[in-house]
Amino acid sequence: METRLSEQLPRKESHVPAAAENAPYSAPRKEAAMPPPKVEIRGLSFFYGKYKALHDIDLDIHDRQITAFIGPSGCGKSTLLRTLNRIYELYPGQRASGKIMLGGRNLLERKDNVNKLRAKVGMVFQKPTPFPMSVRDNISFGVQLYERLSHSDMQERVQWALEKAALWNEVKDKLRQDGTALSGGQQQRLCIARAVAVKPDVLLLDEPASALDPISTQKIEQLITELKRDYTIAIVTHNMQQAARVSDYTAFMYLGRLVEFGDTKKLFMKPAKQQTEEYITGRFG
Amino acid sequence: MMLYARRRLVNGVGLTLSILATLFGVFWLVWLLWTLFGNGLHWLRPRLFLESTPPPGANGGLANAIVGSLILTLAGVGLGAPAGILAGTYLAEFGRTSRLGAVVRFVNDILLSAPSIIIGVFVYGLIVLRAGHFSGWAGAVALALIVMPIVVRTTENMMRLVPDSLREAAAALGAPSWKVTLVIVYRSALPGIMTGVLLGMARISGETAPLLFTALNNQFWSLDMSRPFPNLPAVIFQFAMSPYEDWQHLAWAGALLITVTILGINIVVRMLMKRSKP
Repeated sequence: METRLSEQLPRKESHVPAAAENAPYSAPRKEAAMPPPKVEIRGLSFFYGKYKALHDIDLDIHDRQITAFIGPSGCGKSTLLRTLNRIYELYPGQRASGKIMLGGRNLLERKDNVNKLRAKVGMVFQKPTPFPMSVRDNISFGVQLYERLSHSDMQERVQWALEKAALWNEVKDKLRQDGTALSGGQQQRLCIARAVAVKPDVLLLDEPASALDPISTQKIEQLITELKRDYTIAIVTHNMQQAARVSDYTAFMYLGRLVEFGDTKKLFMKPAKQQTEEYITGRFG
Repeated sequence: MMLYARRRLVNGVGLTLSILATLFGVFWLVWLLWTLFGNGLHWLRPRLFLESTPPPGANGGLANAIVGSLILTLAGVGLGAPAGILAGTYLAEFGRTSRLGAVVRFVNDILLSAPSIIIGVFVYGLIVLRAGHFSGWAGAVALALIVMPIVVRTTENMMRLVPDSLREAAAALGAPSWKVTLVIVYRSALPGIMTGVLLGMARISGETAPLLFTALNNQFWSLDMSRPFPNLPAVIFQFAMSPYEDWQHLAWAGALLITVTILGINIVVRMLMKRSKP
């Protein structure tokens, strides 16, 4: 495990000042060589009716990096992800307070344009959710919501998105086939292609591989690391190895609070908090 | 070993009882169809579809009643189904937890189980009395009131079967909620909604009571919906009770026609349901 980690995560070790090594994370601290945060979460709380599911979260999600959220079931990691595109608003009784800054604006306050926000912040869910239409229409559905493309431009976009999702070679002869007829792993990559096709700034992945077999999981993980070049990615995962393999930063959450956040390698090798250590070594969770 | 023998015995008894119960049900159905075919098939002649209902003792067919019933049924579905689909959509997508939704759902359930003769009398008071005469439109409205609650119920159920994850996925791409409903949910629920419409159609194609109060009947060929309108159920009712043998024969043929039509619609529904489940 240790060799793998250092193989996969060669970055940034030199950037971390030695003094900060053991200090617990506190959000507003800026490390000198870090790229500017894409999303800044400040004082975020979340409520399911009267139940408070998130307590005062402060966190930065960095541009073109992968941020993983880990923690035991019910710790609030999916809830946190679902605030970032306000998808929770589909359900009455769910609300968030605090600030989530994206592009200089608090996205929680932009009550008017939730649909445009969602076009900027894409999401892929735990279970593959292909629409009951052809592979091509699955992808063009989102694109034509906010763009007017000619037929040939749309063809190109579909191919581009499917290539990005490493699915093109498998489906290029089946573009007219129903998306629901693909295999589970292919369906999930179709969903990623669909999210990528609208060219969002941020991609939210809610346990994208947990319903898939090991080979499909491996493909999705590879894909995520490649997508990092162009997108800011936040991923929720049950699987700690997965977080260690793919992410640059990891946030460990417990009971609706952010326990520890920092460089993935550091968090896994030398966690600052005892709770984190206990969780990643499998003593609870 | 004892236990196993006991289980076999219980299984045998259970199986026998359920087979007997099935046979009991099928027996009456087969008898009904047998009688219908035996008495009706002989009179199923080309003239039936070409000539209008005759006076007693003359030759004739059921052409006016067949076409009339077809028009009434289609008009009933045409009026009732769109309203039903829209109301079902409201219940499934927007009024799921609201108070108004609960009230609408409850009222719809009452309408669903309302005796059709009550609906006939209601439309009689609403339209026939005011217009001063029976009419095809009054019949169509009565049939629409029977179709609507069936379509509301099936539409709501079918749209609810569409998983929320699909709605979330569409919303997460930035789709406004009307588009999610129209493009994603309807597309998934379409076979189910069609099934509801067809079941409603099967239900009203044999309704008699509401038509007696509204469309009444018309012995002659007529396509004028603002006049009393010819229809099969009323003709069967009138002819079957009559003392004239040739009228009774026509009633048998008409009954067979309606039964075969309803059977046909149900078979189409089965096929639709099968295709919607991959």
